[in-house]
Amino acid sequence: MTDTPPPVTARRRLPLTWLGLLPFGLFIALFLIAPTMKIVIGAFQTPAGGFTLDNIRGLFTTSILNSYWISIKISFASSAIGCLIGFLMAAAVVLGGLPKVIRSPLMTFSGVASNFAGVPLAFAFLATLGPLGLVTVFLRTEFGINLRAMGFNILSFWGLTITYLFFQIPLMILIITPALEGLRRDWREAAECLGASAVQYWRMVALPILFPAILGTFALLFANAFGAVATAIALTGSSLNIVPIMLFAQIRGDVLGNPHLGYAMAFGMIVVTGVANVVYIWLRVRSERWLK
Amino acid sequence: MRKAASWAILLLGMAYFILPLIGMVEFSLSMKRGEYSFEAYRVVLADPRFRETFMYSVVMALLTIAFGVFLVVPTAFWVRLKMPWIRPYIEFVTLLPLVIPAIVIVFGYIRLYNTSSWLPLTGSLTGTNALLLFGYMTLSLPYMYRAIDTGLRTIDVATLTEAAQSLGAGWVTILAKVILPNVLVAVLSGAFVTFAIVMGEFTLAALLNRPAFGPYLQLMGANRAYEPFALSTIAFVITWACMGLLNLVTRFSKFDKAPR
Repeated sequence: MTDTPPPVTARRRLPLTWLGLLPFGLFIALFLIAPTMKIVIGAFQTPAGGFTLDNIRGLFTTSILNSYWISIKISFASSAIGCLIGFLMAAAVVLGGLPKVIRSPLMTFSGVASNFAGVPLAFAFLATLGPLGLVTVFLRTEFGINLRAMGFNILSFWGLTITYLFFQIPLMILIITPALEGLRRDWREAAECLGASAVQYWRMVALPILFPAILGTFALLFANAFGAVATAIALTGSSLNIVPIMLFAQIRGDVLGNPHLGYAMAFGMIVVTGVANVVYIWLRVRSERWLK
Repeated sequence: MRKAASWAILLLGMAYFILPLIGMVEFSLSMKRGEYSFEAYRVVLADPRFRETFMYSVVMALLTIAFGVFLVVPTAFWVRLKMPWIRPYIEFVTLLPLVIPAIVIVFGYIRLYNTSSWLPLTGSLTGTNALLLFGYMTLSLPYMYRAIDTGLRTIDVATLTEAAQSLGAGWVTILAKVILPNVLVAVLSGAFVTFAIVMGEFTLAALLNRPAFGPYLQLMGANRAYEPFALSTIAFVITWACMGLLNLVTRFSKFDKAPR
């Protein structure tokens, strides 16, 4: 019903049907493909326009490599923890025998939270875990725990990671809940009939089936965190040198002193998020084999 | 036992989400020492810069939705009707803005459409506004296309088109009077997500130097103590409202269609 074959007339005048895609194709070419290609090509160009690998080589300096490394670490930590917590929460709701009525509000809330990124999110966490934040003050006055003295700072690796979790966990919940709902009861019963314990069922049946979905979502979360600019800038200003912040400063004022090095940094971002997404798509195709 | 553990996990998780929101609201209410008041909100709402940037973002969001619908509905319709084999490729392209970080896209815009290029969009105010609009359309494309394409799947595009054609309707009439009303719910759900995205967007507006709500919020955050928290609370309410309406609309649509 859904994919009705095209009318026969369409085939006879095939070249004309392409005209229908012209506005869309033009828009994509001008405002998505061309700008991206400009960056990619620029990364391999000298200011005069010749081909060079110097820009890419220029990325391998301590400060830039460091910024990539911090970015990758934050993205990795926030997506790993986000996957774990998101999975546990989704599993608790879907498989934990909780009343069904909380499922829909949880999904709605996840939709809100995963979209509540950017500048406002940074302020929410400043008000909570910042020097005068709700939780910081509460812990200090009620329990005598001084987060600051313990080395915690919201403008740091862990501060940023905890903040990113606010949109990472809901994204995981949104994507993994349908997968968990796709686990068939028969599989569990079949495993139990064969004498499997709950641990064995999870280790040998459920997790292998869910694994591509989990790992795929992980890759998506990774790309998501890696490209996040606004939260980081609003939270840390320029005190933490992650790639998006450096690139932002570079676009604004050429802080690296070489415009083409900026292209190379942007190109590096595309490569990292691109690889993460290829992994996501590949694993998603694999996971859909079982969860249909 | 399992139930108790599930409740514990869920409640702990929810605590993580709710504490920052409480912290944010509490801070926004404590501008006056020793009591809760809406003072920060009063100051913010009285700030002409707030009204300007807020209205700018609202107008941009509405324009993004209008142009987005104008671009996506005919395309998705045409693909479903005439060239279904190309649909996976189109879908892949529409997902690209999720892969390429927004900061990279806008970097490309700035370099490609600068004053010395063949299309100097950043040279004039109108041009820059248009560029920002196109950027927002690009960012919302994954959500818009997906929503509308899903909506088109639930109706029989080919039959509706043929019926309209045999009554003498042209393409514009078909799109405006037959297809659009039928996918209105899908269009609305795409529109709400777009609205939420544009209202909170920071990177594009900041790098194109346009006075939108996101950069204003960041600027306030760097200079004021309590106002940014009031603004963040307002931003959160907007996101909530958009997602709430989205939910309402999709739920409404479930009862809207007779089972086939």
